[in-house]
Amino acid sequence: MIPVLPTVLTVLALVAAAWSVLLAILDHPITLSTKPTLGLAVAVLTLEAGLVVQLIAGIVQVASTDRELETATFVGYLIGVVVVLPLGAFWSLAERSRWGAGVLAVACLSVPVMVLRMSQLWTAHA
Amino acid sequence: MPSLADTTRSGPGRLLIAVYGIFAIAATARSAVQIATRFGHAPLAFLLSAFAAAVYLVATAALAGVVDRRVAWAACGVELAGVLAVGAASLVAPAAFPEPTVWSGFGSGYGFVPLVLPVLGLLWLRHTGNAVRPQ
Repeated sequence: MIPVLPTVLTVLALVAAAWSVLLAILDHPITLSTKPTLGLAVAVLTLEAGLVVQLIAGIVQVASTDRELETATFVGYLIGVVVVLPLGAFWSLAERSRWGAGVLAVACLSVPVMVLRMSQLWTAHA
Repeated sequence: MPSLADTTRSGPGRLLIAVYGIFAIAATARSAVQIATRFGHAPLAFLLSAFAAAVYLVATAALAGVVDRRVAWAACGVELAGVLAVGAASLVAPAAFPEPTVWSGFGSGYGFVPLVLPVLGLLWLRHTGNAVRPQ
């Protein structure tokens, strides 16, 4: 895995999750027409872009590495973490209440979990 | 007047379905990898993982209103029975579970979310059903 990138993605995901939780507490639906929700959208898009970079770099590394690796599981996480965020974002946008922000918080929180599992798999046989 | 299906996938239901969806994706991917790469190692555990994955997929779709509401009741009920039965079995006969499933130890590997999820699903189905047909 690219050094530093997992950490950056984890921090960014936790910030976006905290932001979403705050919006949910303040009962602020994700409308994309207010500054706080637009800011959150930028954070989520940046996170997703980083996850796509991780996917491409990860697949290149899996193809070229000599280390023992549970390849299928690792690639599954690489793809899964890229898929979850857009699905969660669309699911949250259709809900015009605080629960929409709650959906986004859950989707964002799933990212650090999967990034952590990936890091564990990557270092398991190092 | 929103339909019962709309009500069920709105508000807290939206969040519930999102968590169900994440578990559906996670359990399906995990069990696909287990069965494809090392099925002979723990056939019982891996078949249970696949069954759990199927239940999560059906529950997600049914709660979201894609299929009949009665299917949602059945899926959440089967899920609760499954997590209780497999959770108990994994404690009584750990030798039968050389590899963990989603429901082993009552879902302890997943922060007990698999135990809480069906209860919330059933409560939500009852709540939304009552709201539409006030007594």
